[in-house]
Amino acid sequence: MSEEQIKSLERHFNERIANDEKIEPKDWMPEKYRKTHIRQISQHAHSEIVGMLPEGNWITRAPSLRRKVALLAKVQDEAGHGLYLYSACETLGVSRDELYEQLHTGKAKYSSIFNYPALTWADMGAIGWLVDGAAIINQVPLCNTSYGPYARAMIRVCKEESFHQRQGFEIMLKLCNGTPEQKEMAQDALNRWWWPSLMMLGPTDDKSVHTEQSMKWKLKRKTNDELRQQFIDQTVPQADVLGLTVPDKDLKWNEERQSYDFGEIDWEEFWQVVKGHGPMNKERMKARVGAWERGEWVREAAMAHAEKKQKRKEKQAV
Amino acid sequence: MNSNLYNYILGIADNSLILGQRLGELCGHGPTLETDIAGTNISLDLFGQVRSYFQYAAKIAGDGRTEDDIAMLRKEREYKNVLLVEQPNTNFAYTIGRQFLFDAYHLSFLKELQKSADLTLSAIANKSIKEVSYHERFSSDWVKRLGDGTDESKAKMQEAINDLWMYTDELFHQTDADKVMVEESVGVDVTKLKDDYYNYVSEVLEEAGLIVPESKYFHKGGKQGIHTEHLGYLLADLQYMQRTYPNMEW
Amino acid sequence: MSSKNWPLWEIFVRSKNGLEHRHFGSLHAADAEMALENARDVYTRRNEGVSIWVVESKHITASNPENNGELFEPAQDKVYRHPTFYDVPDDVKHM
Repeated sequence: MSEEQIKSLERHFNERIANDEKIEPKDWMPEKYRKTHIRQISQHAHSEIVGMLPEGNWITRAPSLRRKVALLAKVQDEAGHGLYLYSACETLGVSRDELYEQLHTGKAKYSSIFNYPALTWADMGAIGWLVDGAAIINQVPLCNTSYGPYARAMIRVCKEESFHQRQGFEIMLKLCNGTPEQKEMAQDALNRWWWPSLMMLGPTDDKSVHTEQSMKWKLKRKTNDELRQQFIDQTVPQADVLGLTVPDKDLKWNEERQSYDFGEIDWEEFWQVVKGHGPMNKERMKARVGAWERGEWVREAAMAHAEKKQKRKEKQAV
Repeated sequence: MNSNLYNYILGIADNSLILGQRLGELCGHGPTLETDIAGTNISLDLFGQVRSYFQYAAKIAGDGRTEDDIAMLRKEREYKNVLLVEQPNTNFAYTIGRQFLFDAYHLSFLKELQKSADLTLSAIANKSIKEVSYHERFSSDWVKRLGDGTDESKAKMQEAINDLWMYTDELFHQTDADKVMVEESVGVDVTKLKDDYYNYVSEVLEEAGLIVPESKYFHKGGKQGIHTEHLGYLLADLQYMQRTYPNMEW
Repeated sequence: MSSKNWPLWEIFVRSKNGLEHRHFGSLHAADAEMALENARDVYTRRNEGVSIWVVESKHITASNPENNGELFEPAQDKVYRHPTFYDVPDDVKHM
């Protein structure tokens, strides 16, 4: 194809997106669109399945049967969401195994929040309330993104995810209405998860490399800083309901902006965790790779059985 | 309190509790996302059953204890589950083997429990039987898959079955509470399920190309609270919150 | 890495009797039976279905968007296939 032809295709492609048309797997798309989508969707999928680990740790220790089934169902949903997203990614011509390979070798990233440890039961509350809260802010606009399979996966994810944040908040509320020891546990969890949750919404706009292009493709509808402000503005009143203190001494309502001013984020910590030096990076990867390697003989056996069964069937037919 | 009925319910519920807990350990660590999700579904079914049983047991006990107190605040020797379900997730073949050897029993047990003169128990059985039919289908399919698959999977599946076999006979032992409950037409006479169980299990193992173990040495004691060492660790996790922070609501 | 990866399957679910099967998504499975079981576990956890179809993705033949012009545009101006094309007086009922 000549350069001019490609240019014309691209112009037409961009018009379609600007007109809110969806792009489907077999449609022509610029290579960069495909690559960017593979990167973002797979990163999202990886985050779901690595995100199973910190919460998965508490399934066996959940304090009541009701909490245990709710947590199990939630962590299971994350597996489901990972699966939907991997499937969406596969429509772009990359297999789930290739994507795993990228995750396991450290080539692909996942949300760095999951590199923090879940230390107490209150962390199950804080993760649901804050981490899922931040995730929802990120995800809801994606239900309307330009790539059809991604948008459809996100609609399903958002629909299922609606109980996750409520579950987290309920856990926090119960702790805050409980004994002083329980309330202290809740405050401690908020202290540890607050800043990582703010970082989860991505680097500041002036440091974010992908924003402009992503906005055009509707992979992003708002900038990181706008999303962060939205998250803070909606979460602080929730902390008030709980009677907890947000661990930011600079946090203050700004009457003029009708928004909260907030303190400096420790971006050095953020980049350190992103680069693999967070408290749990190594353990998380070890758990993922371990599960994959321990499962290899199982996956192989299932394929071998399927092939043998097929052959037996063919033989019978003859 | 009708302590025979209470103990009888615990004997049923503890199996689901401990097996559900074992499967819960695997959430996030399965061989594929799809199998991970399937295993968690089984775990969720079992915990759902557990809650129905323990809520009923709490009502019978009538001493203010809740389902959680019963599930999480007994001592090691007071758990009445069979040894089979507390065996660890050594590898996927053990997990599947344990599941299949239990499911085959569980399904035939629930079929009988549906006929119980105790309406709550028969209702729980009626609801659970659909779930457990699926568990049994899932686990027997996997036994066949692994038995037939590769040399490696066949060897692993055979090893798991061989190791777990000695815990199967206990499924058909009657406790004192069992005997009273059978007399009152509330309980299931498990001794009568034994022949069909071994016939069916052998059939599946043979279809999977596996050898039915011939060992006649069986372990028992779970129903009397004499467990393997594995149970203590499982309970340490299960009870951690309730023990560390007593008398709180979550 | 093993080359024996589970193939991809497309999952169609009927959410209740009276409705058609609708494409719900895809998943991996070694064979059709497993695909059905996985579909049940993955896509009907919230009581979303009463019937499932599974088709291995490679068996689906899809039209090429490049041919959309010749395939679909000719139907755009065949207005006489739609009831609004025909004039009927307002006082004629049940039509």
